[in-house]
Amino acid sequence: MGKIKSLADLKNLKTDLQSKIDLREKGDSPEKLVQIKVAMATCGIASGAKEIMDFMIDELDKQSINSVVTQTGCMGYCYAEPTIEVTLPDSEPIVFGYVDNNRATEIIEKYIKKGEIVEGVLPVNYETID
Amino acid sequence: MKNLSLHILDIIQNSIRAKANLIELEICEHLKENKFLITIKDNGTGVEKEKLNQILDPYFTSRKTRDVGLGLSLFKQNAERAGGFLKIYSKLGRGTVVRTMFEYNNIDRPVLGDIAGVVTLLVASNPKIEFLYKHKTDNGEFFFNSKEIKNILEDVSVTEPKVISFIKEMINENLQSIKL
Repeated sequence: MGKIKSLADLKNLKTDLQSKIDLREKGDSPEKLVQIKVAMATCGIASGAKEIMDFMIDELDKQSINSVVTQTGCMGYCYAEPTIEVTLPDSEPIVFGYVDNNRATEIIEKYIKKGEIVEGVLPVNYETID
Repeated sequence: MKNLSLHILDIIQNSIRAKANLIELEICEHLKENKFLITIKDNGTGVEKEKLNQILDPYFTSRKTRDVGLGLSLFKQNAERAGGFLKIYSKLGRGTVVRTMFEYNNIDRPVLGDIAGVVTLLVASNPKIEFLYKHKTDNGEFFFNSKEIKNILEDVSVTEPKVISFIKEMINENLQSIKL
């Protein structure tokens, strides 16, 4: 078995990343990032929200899209889980429902990259996301 | 829920909603005693005594977005089906503890699943909350402290994809080394 990764390895990774982050246009203001929130309450988790979240993080990283993927609570769309809320820079958030890997790919390719609306948009009727 | 790590992810959402800033997860795998224990402890707002009795009722929730709260009920059901139990202790203003036990070798005990992924996801999604994760087996134990990670990272964010995959791999490799 190889050597187990330790906190010392994390230190190296950090130094490595720091230079890259400095190079990358450091959008300190979160508005410059694509923000994605994956609904992760009981309903979302049971419908596969974790897999969607892993997929989004992976795919956006592969394509070097500057983004933050986080989790959020139930938005009240239990019937349409997994749901994700996508906020493009300078736009209103849009919630997509029934997200599977195919639809997630479509959302990245069409909405995040080109701003085209894709199928599965849910009407916004919530006031707060907790 | 397909596996125990998803239940853990689900139950910890309660702690997050209860405004905890320290969440402790402990998993103990005792093959000799035939026990699989999961304990989740938070320092959130806690639950009132009267509500504590209702909390395991699937038709009870403190949410306004929907009328059912299945998280704890499903976890309890799964534990009981696997010869175990779910117990919840809470003190208003102090926090809440959820303890579950499953029989290790029970055919109805769900597998643990991607616990490294779940812990990583929680750490990366909630930068303001600290997570302590302890995993014990008959072969050893592993500690994870999100604070240590953040101290090393300094101004590099835990949401960086490379950091996320590092944490996940680190946990997985350590778990592998104490695997039963």
